[in-house]
Amino acid sequence: MAENTKSNEFHKQQSKEEMKKQLITFALMIIFTILAFLIVGTEMMSKMVAIPLLLVLALIQVGFQFYYFMHLKDKGHGMAAVMIYGGVWAAFLTVMALTLVIWW
Amino acid sequence: MADHSLTPENMPQHPEKATLEGKNKFLGLWFFLGGETVLFASLFGTYLALKNSTAGGPSSQELFGLELVFLMTMLLLTSSLTSVYAMYHMKNNNFKKMMLWLGITGLLGVGFLGCEIYEFYHYIHSFEFTFRSSAFGSAFYTLVGFHGGHVLFGLCWLSALMIRNAKRGLNLYNAPKFNTFSLYWHFIDVVWVFIFTVVYLMGKVG
Repeated sequence: MAENTKSNEFHKQQSKEEMKKQLITFALMIIFTILAFLIVGTEMMSKMVAIPLLLVLALIQVGFQFYYFMHLKDKGHGMAAVMIYGGVWAAFLTVMALTLVIWW
Repeated sequence: MADHSLTPENMPQHPEKATLEGKNKFLGLWFFLGGETVLFASLFGTYLALKNSTAGGPSSQELFGLELVFLMTMLLLTSSLTSVYAMYHMKNNNFKKMMLWLGITGLLGVGFLGCEIYEFYHYIHSFEFTFRSSAFGSAFYTLVGFHGGHVLFGLCWLSALMIRNAKRGLNLYNAPKFNTFSLYWHFIDVVWVFIFTVVYLMGKVG
């Protein structure tokens, strides 16, 4: 029993450090969001630069959300990654097909 | 029936995945999220294809205001963090704090939904921009409304979970349920990141 309590202390410490990382993740996501709104709000750059930049900022945010908030980076998430990336692949094909249809 | 209540002595590190049922719920939810990704992708693709077909009605540049969208983004992003806090307290076997943070998550979700209803109301009354105005209107309300519907479903799910388990405390049976909800809630924020980028910001740029 005593050993179990000790290992629980260890787990608590672990999740505390995990929580710190989550907070940093959150701060970064807020910064990226503000940045994206500033790019559009101040009209600081041309359309050709702004749109790819906005998409990159969105992808980074989604990466944070998946890997840190949803723990995809942790052990035992192999199957979960297969599921979501299968979906992302089909999603990519869908968006490509629907936007290419109207290309010309 | 065996008592599965968690105490600091018998608490596994991951109560949400300690049972086979918990593991299956976890995998099943990720499978579901993969399918949801495809569903939203088809709505995004449709929106991108139809966003310039305004049929003489208002365009995205005339309609959208960034202030409200920014507020909605902050509400949903913060509710994502509060559900992380809830899961943190779940792993530390602190049922009360978990419920408190889940409650805050729910309130932020309600705030988001309120803003969205106001937004749609504003578009319909000030711009006469409805689902039937144009192909752009149909695609816009379908995409954003579907996301709003997911938020509403999440809020119903959350209140059902909280009410049903209010007196049970945390155990190995309901820990996976709370965890699957929090994953779903993060996914809603993932979809919103793409909505505010592709629909509102890119719509404002042109």
